[in-house]
Amino acid sequence: MAMRSLLLPVLILGVYPAAWSQSPTYGFGKTPSAEEIRAWDISISPSGKELPPGHGTAKEGAQLYTRKGCAGCHGVTGSGGRAPTLIEVKGTPTTSAMPGMEMGIQPPGLMATHAPFATVMWDYIRRGMPLNKEGTLTPDEVYSLTAFLLYKNGVIKEDEVMDAQSLPKLKMPNLSGYTPPPAWKHATPRLQNYP
Amino acid sequence: MDSKKPGRRGFLKDSAALAGLAVGAARSARGQAPAIAAYSKKELISYGERSRFVTSLREPAEGRPSPDSFGLVFHVVTPLQDSVGMITPSSLHYVATHRGSFVPEIDPREHRLMIHGMVDRPLIFTMDEIKRFPSVTRVHFLECIGNRSKPTHKSVAQTHGMTSCSEWTGVPLSLLLKEAGVQSGASWIVAEGAEEVKGASSIPLAKALDDCLVCYGQNGEAVRPQQGFPLRLIVPGFEGIYQTKYLRRIKVVDRYYMTYNDYGHLQQDPKVVALTVQIGPKSVITYPSAGQQLSGPGFYDISGLAWSGGGAVKRVEVSTDGGRSWRDAELRTPAYRMAHTRFGFPWKWDGKECELQSRCTDELGTVQPSRAQVAKFWNEPLTKDFRVKGADNTIQPWKVASDGSVHNGNA
Repeated sequence: MAMRSLLLPVLILGVYPAAWSQSPTYGFGKTPSAEEIRAWDISISPSGKELPPGHGTAKEGAQLYTRKGCAGCHGVTGSGGRAPTLIEVKGTPTTSAMPGMEMGIQPPGLMATHAPFATVMWDYIRRGMPLNKEGTLTPDEVYSLTAFLLYKNGVIKEDEVMDAQSLPKLKMPNLSGYTPPPAWKHATPRLQNYP
Repeated sequence: MDSKKPGRRGFLKDSAALAGLAVGAARSARGQAPAIAAYSKKELISYGERSRFVTSLREPAEGRPSPDSFGLVFHVVTPLQDSVGMITPSSLHYVATHRGSFVPEIDPREHRLMIHGMVDRPLIFTMDEIKRFPSVTRVHFLECIGNRSKPTHKSVAQTHGMTSCSEWTGVPLSLLLKEAGVQSGASWIVAEGAEEVKGASSIPLAKALDDCLVCYGQNGEAVRPQQGFPLRLIVPGFEGIYQTKYLRRIKVVDRYYMTYNDYGHLQQDPKVVALTVQIGPKSVITYPSAGQQLSGPGFYDISGLAWSGGGAVKRVEVSTDGGRSWRDAELRTPAYRMAHTRFGFPWKWDGKECELQSRCTDELGTVQPSRAQVAKFWNEPLTKDFRVKGADNTIQPWKVASDGSVHNGNA
């Protein structure tokens, strides 16, 4: 409790960064080089500031969709496969075909219509696809596949070039369809007035 | 599992036959004949296994085969019906992965943790360096957001088995962040794993500086591979997805990043969002629970687990009349913050049909709600299929039939 009463005013005032900028106590670890950080840092902010150089279009993405084997799991048309639906076909159910996903999370398929930012699609494809070869797509390939899914779901035109500048600027259909997590405070119930 | 009725006679016969030592052994009549020959030298000397008469096992969570048709392991549940005390054996800890996952084989000598972003001094640590910092050991539960009771569930493993509790050992994340020097204007961190998808989550900086632990130890040994070997970020009281396995990178940032693991949990309603991060006060009776059998009227020690993402368990109450009246249960273990706490309630069953319930109150004074209370909050009709939004921490009813069989009261 003594510890908490010391910490709390500091957190409330929001001045902790000053205190945290003190010199290190232990001095363990080494300083990574700028190249090491670049190689490891695959985080992509919705602002797109970490997006790497490169570009791609829906046409290139359509070829990659076949060549990289996406169709094998997601279906030739982007729906009806074993893996989640990627391309909405009117009149066709968009079930993820992955039982268990209804447990409370969004199916990861229809990101073009669900993701509030196109950067989220880019990040997801680069990290997670293709199955068993994750992380092997080049930036150009990721831009192209993202463009392909955006085009097929009616978000962009077929000839629009996706790159580090254009991708974060896209107005996604579900931009207003999410709320970021609330500010977290120590020892606070998750929602006031919830039974 | 009939752990309440140990097969002592069978044990005696088997161990005697295997060991050939029963004759003349003074204590053999009590089933304690030494049975050295039944065990391998490896087991006797270097690594002990549980008795072959103990058969408690995990199983795939309902709804999705595991491994699935892609060969990916999805959610696997802890056999809570067999649990005692507050610690889950590491081998029986539940497993959940965002999209289904393979367990990576990571050589700890090669593993690194990088801290960078809005810090004065980006740092890379080896495992040896992380272990040089002063360590902290704390008991914390983990729980998957998908841990919810459905009418179709027929055991407490299926209704509640996606929570487990371990003793975690590691370094406070706040200490590592201090070494790096967090810069003014930072408000979130992104924690990332080293597995095939580099699973990553956005975590509020206030939480990261409060009580998060960068853990290499679980229950007195190295973190198990399915739990994130060699390094796992523990975010006490937050839902399971934040507990980043195979931790390789922490980036200090100035906004919510909506990265790989965040995406699937996006919600529109701010109230649902608030109910999807921190786990509310929750409890469940593990004995007697659905699928178990009472042998007849008489004394039973009702036993269960309580926990809360908001802090320590302060109180657990038990009802044996379907929630009409409540009496305090005994807390049978220490009640640590964000940890499973075992409760017990001595009970004499009269042999009549009844309904058992438990409810937990945490140190913030928040009380575990019933499904009826939650439905009322959302202004929705309480049907069997009513789905609790966010993390489901509602009271679990178990129905005891007059023949002693126990059933899911939500069915």
